[in-house]
Amino acid sequence: MKGKETNELMTFLTEEVLMHSSDIVPAATAKRLAEIRRDKPSVPVIYISSGSASIIAGSEQSAAAADLYLKDMGISGLIVRTTCHGPAVFEPMVCIHLPGKNKLIFRNITEDKIEATLNGVFHNDMPEEDLVAQSGSTGFEAWHDIPFIEDIPFYRMQKRVVLDNCACFDPESIEEYIARGGYRTFLKTIRNYTHLEVCDLIERSGLRGRSGGGFTTGLKWKYALNSPSDNRYLICNAKESDPGSYADRAVLEGDPHRLIEGICIASYAIGASNAVIFLKTGSPHPLARLRKALEAAREYGIIGHNILSSGFNLDIVIREEAGAFVCGEETALIGSLEGKRGMPELKPPYPTSHGLFGKPTVINNVETLMNVPLIMARGPEWFRTMGTAGSKGTKLFSLGGRGRYTGLIEVEMGTTFRTIVEGISDGIKDGRAFKALQIGGPSGTFITEKNLDLQIDFDLLRAQGIAMGSGGLIIIDETTCMVDFVRYYMEFIHKESCGKCIPCREGTGRMLEILENIIRKPHTEDSNATLERFKGVMQLEIIASVMKDTSLCGLGQTAPNPFISALSNYREEFEEHIFDRRCRANVCRGLRTFSIDVDKCTGCTVCASKCPVNAIYGTRLQPFFVVDDKCIGCGICYDVCKFSAVTVR
Amino acid sequence: MRKIEDILKQYRAGSHENLIPILQDVQAEEGYLSENAIVQIGRFLEMSTTKIYGLATFYDRFRFTPSGRVHMRICDGTTCFINGSEAVIRAIRDNLGIEQGQTTRDGRFSYELTSCMGGCNEGPVVCVGEKFHVHVKAEEVPEMITKLKALADLK
Repeated sequence: MKGKETNELMTFLTEEVLMHSSDIVPAATAKRLAEIRRDKPSVPVIYISSGSASIIAGSEQSAAAADLYLKDMGISGLIVRTTCHGPAVFEPMVCIHLPGKNKLIFRNITEDKIEATLNGVFHNDMPEEDLVAQSGSTGFEAWHDIPFIEDIPFYRMQKRVVLDNCACFDPESIEEYIARGGYRTFLKTIRNYTHLEVCDLIERSGLRGRSGGGFTTGLKWKYALNSPSDNRYLICNAKESDPGSYADRAVLEGDPHRLIEGICIASYAIGASNAVIFLKTGSPHPLARLRKALEAAREYGIIGHNILSSGFNLDIVIREEAGAFVCGEETALIGSLEGKRGMPELKPPYPTSHGLFGKPTVINNVETLMNVPLIMARGPEWFRTMGTAGSKGTKLFSLGGRGRYTGLIEVEMGTTFRTIVEGISDGIKDGRAFKALQIGGPSGTFITEKNLDLQIDFDLLRAQGIAMGSGGLIIIDETTCMVDFVRYYMEFIHKESCGKCIPCREGTGRMLEILENIIRKPHTEDSNATLERFKGVMQLEIIASVMKDTSLCGLGQTAPNPFISALSNYREEFEEHIFDRRCRANVCRGLRTFSIDVDKCTGCTVCASKCPVNAIYGTRLQPFFVVDDKCIGCGICYDVCKFSAVTVR
Repeated sequence: MRKIEDILKQYRAGSHENLIPILQDVQAEEGYLSENAIVQIGRFLEMSTTKIYGLATFYDRFRFTPSGRVHMRICDGTTCFINGSEAVIRAIRDNLGIEQGQTTRDGRFSYELTSCMGGCNEGPVVCVGEKFHVHVKAEEVPEMITKLKALADLK
């Protein structure tokens, strides 16, 4: 039975909605579409966010609890799994839509809170502390004394264009995507425009690649289109290399069909009949969503052979990467897809003329492709109204670290970093002091307090030596040691260096050694050792400049960036590590010394029993003491002491 | 034995570009790449096993020893790092006495480091099967491992 219904709906959507030449749909169709969209629900609808961040926070258990609650209470309601709203701190988020009323948004509704929350909403006894806001449109009754979502700084200061669909619909449902106007743009494009016209439109919109390089997308497409060949490829780079960024996968999870539509349009623009989505490994949820979405699109005839009788063929496959950071680089990525070691090649020839299997290939990042359907639907002029002179549109960031409100955000180009840190994130958690904003991951730089007023713009940032990166923003407060942070990135790059060229393979190793020497525990402390460490930093600067100039690919060329940026902005921290043997954030294990305050210690023996190297001695109910020579500085005693008797220096 | 043949059937013989997906499928099925599997794949793709090993060792995700009954994935992303994942990783490593990619002698545990899993606000994150352990602290690791031991013995 279900199969028949699906078939009917499929015919209805593909023939009546998608093939309809004008935008005006008959009343009956409009009604059916509104039903699919749940515009005016007749039963309560409970939206539970179900992106990776929500699942980690326990949204699946919440959904099960909500289902059980509805059954127990005999309430006929609908549970819809949506994706992240953005603020990861609020996960799992639950949004309740009662018929005729505005939607209510609740935060941190874990399994145990479901019953109380739903009880409260259904019996008009609002659970205040978990309530975030209400969100509504005309035709719904507003709730009294509840702020609107637009009044909350986290949302107000964003411009959600790519994310506009996220959180209000079921991303796994192709029906709903079509009912919300999806795939119509693709069909119009393949009917009304030639390949070149699409490239022209995208070029005119000023869309630039969002993966960091900022190359004009339309121009790249034209290069590929103009390379004579019998076949071309489009690759969607969803291998978010930055270890601290989640933006691409979150948006892909949130709206997989828009990505597929973007890939369809881009493939048509360059005349490619094969597209590959190169997805990061170890992300089971985005992979499952994408597989499901592709299957649905194939079923509806949106991808496949002779798409809706237009004569255009397209097949999209998903390839999971096998885990190598360097495969984010274009030529290495192509190598990996061809079944080789993912090692970068010399450019030129560029992939646009000589790419996958030697054919012209365009590689676009997820966010770039997500913008494409919007530009084609609303026109390049609309896109040009957003942003700065050189950079149009919006930019997604996965904001992480020590901010008060973190998560997936989208801001207009030209927004200052201060707006993000002080407005959207609303400052730093636990009232600590801001230290730096890290942008661009292991090949990025640090933005200091005085640089926070810089605008997000490809050219402006490049002029300041700041790489935009793919979308990772990490807020760092005073509890993070910059030397240790740089070492973390260097360790990462050293591990990930492919080993093809010497500057990168050896340079990262030497830089890591020197950085580790700076934070290592001193065995014999003499003036010579201090001098060695000081010399080390000078050598670091030389290695950094050699790597920058001579490495083969972007990975090696940008690997010293975090170090260079940290040294120029936080020089005093490096000096403290070298000369005073002190880490102001108390992070570097080798430099920490612990002591026990005899007045506060009650002799409870907790620290001694937890110490992994048995460096704490004493008699029960008498003050204990730490043996410095044995101590490895792990800090477990400091964390477990209930009487704050352990002090660190 | 059957299973590898079933996986290979989905691909074209001799198609070198399918090597990585084949290895991924085999690993998903068997949990690791055995010598036997690599020889079989080599015969199917008409490729020398040395070349296959050369490729497989280049990528992080392939392992050549069976994974433990409890396999932990520890987030090594930047946000988890800021929230103290290094101490957690060190504690797990010291507690189990194995490095990434190895398996404990009793076959109970193995672990791998992954980049950001998306739970940045909940960091440090340790994922065991479908279950996520969030806000893990180094001093909680021994207790967590004791609990997981019981889980491993059930399997």
